[in-house]
Amino acid sequence: MVNYIIRRLIQAIPQLFLISLILFVLMQAFGDPIASLGVRTPPKPADRERLRRQLGLDQPVYVQYFVWLVGNDWMLIDMDGDGVGESPGRRLGVLRGDLGNSLINKRPVTQLITERLPNTLLLMVTVEVVIIIVSLTLGAYSAVRQYSLFDNIVTGFSFVGFSMPIFLIALLSMYLFSVNFKEWGLPYLPTVGMFDPQVGKTPGQIALHMVLPVLSLSIISIAGYSRYVRSSMLEVLGLDYIRTARAKGLREMLVVRRHALKNAILPFVTLIGLDIPFLLAGAVVTESIFAWPGTGRLFVEHTALSDYPVLMGILMMTGVAVVVFQLLTDIAYSYLDPRIRID
Amino acid sequence: MTITAFPLSTTTDEAAKSPILNPWQLAWRRFRKHTMALISLGGLTVIFFYIFFGGGLLARGVCGPTGKFVTGEAYANCNDTSIKLQPPSRAHFFGTDTIGRDILARTIYGGQISLSIGIFAAIVEVAVGVLVGAIAGYFGGWLDDVLMRITEAMLIIPSLFLLIVLSKALNGEIPEMEIFGRTLSGSVVVIIFVIGFTSWMYLARIVRANVLSLKQLDFISASRALGVSDARIIFRHLLPNTIAPIIVSATLGVSGSILSEAYVSFLGLGVQTPTASWGNMLDSSVKYIQSAPWLWIFPGLLILLTVLCINFIGDGLRDALDPRSAKHI
Repeated sequence: MVNYIIRRLIQAIPQLFLISLILFVLMQAFGDPIASLGVRTPPKPADRERLRRQLGLDQPVYVQYFVWLVGNDWMLIDMDGDGVGESPGRRLGVLRGDLGNSLINKRPVTQLITERLPNTLLLMVTVEVVIIIVSLTLGAYSAVRQYSLFDNIVTGFSFVGFSMPIFLIALLSMYLFSVNFKEWGLPYLPTVGMFDPQVGKTPGQIALHMVLPVLSLSIISIAGYSRYVRSSMLEVLGLDYIRTARAKGLREMLVVRRHALKNAILPFVTLIGLDIPFLLAGAVVTESIFAWPGTGRLFVEHTALSDYPVLMGILMMTGVAVVVFQLLTDIAYSYLDPRIRID
Repeated sequence: MTITAFPLSTTTDEAAKSPILNPWQLAWRRFRKHTMALISLGGLTVIFFYIFFGGGLLARGVCGPTGKFVTGEAYANCNDTSIKLQPPSRAHFFGTDTIGRDILARTIYGGQISLSIGIFAAIVEVAVGVLVGAIAGYFGGWLDDVLMRITEAMLIIPSLFLLIVLSKALNGEIPEMEIFGRTLSGSVVVIIFVIGFTSWMYLARIVRANVLSLKQLDFISASRALGVSDARIIFRHLLPNTIAPIIVSATLGVSGSILSEAYVSFLGLGVQTPTASWGNMLDSSVKYIQSAPWLWIFPGLLILLTVLCINFIGDGLRDALDPRSAKHI
């Protein structure tokens, strides 16, 4: 087991390097970040040059990547443009936990991300809980009542849900639950932000503002997973040990819950575990629509500004999360299903 | 809706009487049993007619400031700010957008773009996926290692992030171009390749796994012994035997690409105006969620319907071509 974990981590390292290099090179084509600096008077060419040197943008791509990776505190940087380095660098590099500074507001990327991350995690954890509960219930129930009206409705819903772009769900739910409910004089839901500034950041406000983003984010996954649970349940319900349990005269409720569901959701664990980091990507669109101050929106905002250190920081964080969750999923699976041995 | 096998009651007598069918005819028979796939085939045909012939029938009129009578895409792109944000009316069935363009006409010409992007991006996806998978599976060794590590590296970053980064990096690199008498923004071509290059990984894995198991079989050893070239073994013997998952992936690739285009265009990084696409028609519609719902309802519903139909057809094709495959939506 330990060997397996170590081997997987060693495999992941060159992959993270490769993808970070590809992304870094691509981001050089983003256009000039200096041009998107929000300053009132356009900088003079000389200032512009100095700024480029300060930010290290005058260096060739491979040097920039190298500095991003290992930092530049061990070398001298040429700030005044005379070709001789004189000021020592201050960056530590990603490998030593320094994601660099934003090119736009000069703040450390780590700080920018840690400010936003709790908001995204709050959204993600809630979404994941909703997804698991709803898709297990829907999937299991429609398997038990196969081909019933309920089953057909769930099947139809899952196909529609699976074909929906997230932003359409978001727009429709905003239109229905906020705009129309307001018109009809019903209690309506807020659409943007995390809390009403007039009320303040209370748990109740945050919960209220979370309803629509959670709905938009979870519908697509619920559609997919409930189908998965259903087919997995149907398979298990047809097995001999279920017939034995029923023949013993066990109550149907117990057979379904204790005996069938427990085994049917085993592969589900893998699915959920591998999907968690990918919810971050779904949050990009959802957070932008609902103006939720999370990392997804940070990503979109800083893409427009060509602020590559921030983008690289978010992408690498996501990449590491994917690798870690893949590993955790494997470990959890082998723990839950002793027939699976990994080594 | 998931009937895949023939009724078991078919006696040998009946079987003997039925005509001999080739695999494609058998597949068509299985496909026909999938009611929703059949309905979707009809639905998709209607959408096709709408976007390829709708322009000739519906989208024409007197346009804006010039007062000229225009038809076709010129009408979809030309605007009249005096009639901006008008609700659906007899003159403009789907209303007008923020700068006074006819939304009906734009859904028609935008549909051509969205659907073309879907199809061509799926072609790129299949080409890359099949090539990588077949080469990795067939040759094995270090080539397999390198290709699979690249595939896994691509899978580490969620594809929407890759899409955003690639489109931002490449957009504006290709100038406007003229194809079939239409002036297209170069971003259309960029988006096709960006989507294709960020979605081939799963197909590559499927093809590789299939090639790995197929190449153990005797008929491949026999071809090798006869001195058949590697390329011929791959393209004539291995790939035709793994055509079912390729066709299913290609179909679902079209719907996936339409969605991907919608996502990046929605974020303003996809197809650039004046060229319309269903995705970029939705760009900035959040601001008009209350005041002008027709801005996003029509293109949004068209995306949903098209993707839904293609997904059902893909599901039917999976049942028809690959009855043994595991089914999860």
